[in-house]
Amino acid sequence: MQGPSTPSSTSAAAAASSPLLKSNAPTGPIEQRWDKHRFDMKLVNPANKRKYKVIMVGSGLAGGAGAATLGELGYNVECFCYQDSPRRAHSIAAQGGINAAKNYQNDGDSIYRLFYDTVKGGDFRARESNVYRLAQISVNIIDQCVAQGVPFAREYGGLLDNRSFGGAQVSRTFYARGQTGQQLLLGAYQALERQVEAGTVKMHTRSEMLDLIVIDGRARGIVTRDMVTGKIETHIGDAVVLGTGGYGNVFYLSTNAKGCNVMASWRAHRRGALFANPCYTQIHPTCIPVSGDYQSKLTLMSESLRNDGRVWVPKSKADVGKTPSQIAEADRDYYLERKYPSFGNLVPRDIASRSAKEVCDEGRGVGPGGLGVYLDFGDAIKRLGKDKIAERYGNLFEMYQRITDDNPYETPMRIYPAIHYTMGGLWVDYNLQSTIPGLFVIGEANFSDHGANRLGASALMQGLADGYFIIPYTLGNYLAQTKLDKVDGSHAEAQKAESEVRERIQKLLNAPNPSKTPDAFHRELGKLCWDKCGMARTKEGLEEAVRRIPQLREEFWNSVKVVGTGDELNQSLEMAGRVADFLEFGELMCRDALHREESCGGHFRLEYQTPEGEAARDDEKFQYVGAWEWKGVGVTPILHKEVLDFEYVHPSQRSYK
Amino acid sequence: MSGNSGKTMHIKLQVWRQKNAQEKGAFVTYDVSDVSPDMSFLEMLDVLNERLIHKGEAPIAFDHDCREGICGMCGLMINGVAHGPMAATTTCQLHMRSFKDGDELIIEPWRARAFPVLRDLVVDRAAFDRIIQAGGYVSVRTGTARDANETRIAKQDADAAFDAAACIGCGACVAACPNGSASLFTAAKISHLGHLPQGQPERMRRARNMIAQHDKEGFGACSNHRECEAVCPKQISIANIAMMNRDVIRATTIAEDDKQTSGGGM
Repeated sequence: MQGPSTPSSTSAAAAASSPLLKSNAPTGPIEQRWDKHRFDMKLVNPANKRKYKVIMVGSGLAGGAGAATLGELGYNVECFCYQDSPRRAHSIAAQGGINAAKNYQNDGDSIYRLFYDTVKGGDFRARESNVYRLAQISVNIIDQCVAQGVPFAREYGGLLDNRSFGGAQVSRTFYARGQTGQQLLLGAYQALERQVEAGTVKMHTRSEMLDLIVIDGRARGIVTRDMVTGKIETHIGDAVVLGTGGYGNVFYLSTNAKGCNVMASWRAHRRGALFANPCYTQIHPTCIPVSGDYQSKLTLMSESLRNDGRVWVPKSKADVGKTPSQIAEADRDYYLERKYPSFGNLVPRDIASRSAKEVCDEGRGVGPGGLGVYLDFGDAIKRLGKDKIAERYGNLFEMYQRITDDNPYETPMRIYPAIHYTMGGLWVDYNLQSTIPGLFVIGEANFSDHGANRLGASALMQGLADGYFIIPYTLGNYLAQTKLDKVDGSHAEAQKAESEVRERIQKLLNAPNPSKTPDAFHRELGKLCWDKCGMARTKEGLEEAVRRIPQLREEFWNSVKVVGTGDELNQSLEMAGRVADFLEFGELMCRDALHREESCGGHFRLEYQTPEGEAARDDEKFQYVGAWEWKGVGVTPILHKEVLDFEYVHPSQRSYK
Repeated sequence: MSGNSGKTMHIKLQVWRQKNAQEKGAFVTYDVSDVSPDMSFLEMLDVLNERLIHKGEAPIAFDHDCREGICGMCGLMINGVAHGPMAATTTCQLHMRSFKDGDELIIEPWRARAFPVLRDLVVDRAAFDRIIQAGGYVSVRTGTARDANETRIAKQDADAAFDAAACIGCGACVAACPNGSASLFTAAKISHLGHLPQGQPERMRRARNMIAQHDKEGFGACSNHRECEAVCPKQISIANIAMMNRDVIRATTIAEDDKQTSGGGM
């Protein structure tokens, strides 16, 4: 174990963090912090746990695992999801795998190495204490999931198999064919349903959270809409946990499920929870390109494909119209191998994505609109045989063919980057508590562990770490030392939140000049965000977005057309409510990107790059978490800073050459 | 893409419209022009819905979410076939190139006693969750598991477990079955956990309780039509039903009460 060294005190680091943003991270040797903290935390008497009602919003890896574990501990849990079953949560779509520092391959992995890789991969914009805890817990997650019956891939000897993933130099990724997220989610779902049967968790499916109830400065409940009957309901509890996922759908086209939205987080933000680093969005390099303007979502192809596929475009613009087989080997530019010889096709996601954009901007992109690059398995099939490739990627190849009608065994795939994950989210301290006491945020919905860029196979790890292993402790600590008044739905704050929800629904249903569908507004917002706040951002572009989004928002409230009523199953109304919040959130995301005058991780500002065209961080000025305070619609939000110290992993420029 | 760009199709739809669970439904005919062969089936419905909203008509309600064939939320009966004509494919992954210009398509919700229609093409599948609640899990407390590599599991057992675990819970098996049976769904979970050592202690109890819940929900019995297997987007084999039946018989005849007998390997 390496010892701590002097914190890298830059001028930003020397400045104090905002008093609102106390990380509450323990001090002392980093490998002992979580153990020490667990011991220091207060416990709730076992007989008292059932007297506490915990409201869990979201039922994915974080929410599902958290609800199951809290229920198992004896808390009285109410869990909400917008789908018809908790088993549908979007965690299910993760393909590639889950990292854990087990070192089962004896290839030099360790908790410290996973910690180091994650801090560095996040471009030095994450909190060291949190990341170290994540790496520590990673090993317990695998044990837990195997015990639940998650059928991870195995070797013939019966031991668990691993693969290297997303640029890691060790094989630490556990996987279940191309359906790792599905199998992990079903494990959490089954644990959750076991608690439903046991009576500790009550599930509310097809329910959408429309507001947060804050009483005496503490989160005490939520307002929901029953998506079948339209009934507005108030639920009061002792604490609220959000495991509601990311905001990638602000871009309209993303790899997220259609229903993913920012509403729960955004409503909490409007009630006082600071929103951190919204400009950190991850663009996944290997997605299927757009085929037409009716496109409703983008489909991701697991990045494991880059282990064997070679990325290229024609060297010359003149060749882009040719079929790949007409382009001779000498006329192909394997640009990742050329620019990054030691990592080649396995460079991190942000670099792979940006490089694809660069070659397409140069006019060398392939396919409709010139927005695509080849991912070619020709050499791998020659080297390993078709059977081996089919064994590794068969289901992905089938999926590709089903969507595009092209056969990747015979012709290279075409891929293009797409929004996939959002590192930003509600600000939380070490206990995963937001700036509203009693409101906890877990999984992708919080900002915590990935800094400015998430490594492959780390999302599943973080969701389950938060849900199974962190929130059950930290929530108990909060409840044990907090005295809460007894309140119910008749409290003035609850009534106020409920009536605001009703008014908003009426407003959505009764725009003065209804003429444009919610989907049309969403597409327009998405395109604006993708153009101005996507893979490469500029001051001018972001200023334009910050100017245009409020105009679009105004047009929305004036002319959104929603058919039907609020008292029935009304998918167009659901969509309108989500788009309305994206129209506020999108502005904040662009403002954050505008203020961050550096390039780091998923945030690339064209003005700030090294002479070689790589991201140029500015640690002097921006080594902090930027957390925004809501001041009202159209009012400039206030920026608060949590300064980041790096005691163990020294900030350096990421180099993958 | 595949030379389809530019060509469009005209499709005639007969769609089941039903305002809510109480009112009666009926088929309504829609003409959908300018359909691109590269559209997914649900994107075709999106386009139709946008047009309906513009006309001031209620859009067609249908369930969907991930649109990449894994969440199990979508599912339509298309010309009498659950998830439509393409094998091993969910509705969201079906593309319009599977149809011809001028085709007439009948679109219905899953029809089964245990899946009441909520609106249009949306049905209530909560019965599936209740079957899982009856025993579709391994009872293990969070944080108490031993090292994952302490128990070696033969690759063929892990693979067999995975094949069953791939079920997405969409309900196509029920919709396709003339008896409205959820045997394939229930068997997939029993078989997934039954193939693994972790699942053995509760194996008999699980089989007995899950099938009891299955029957209580109003799903019918399996009479080996194999329609379920034919439409399953994840190609779950009916061999799992055989395994389930064996476990159920053992559980009800040999294993008394909660006496924990492991069923032995398949």
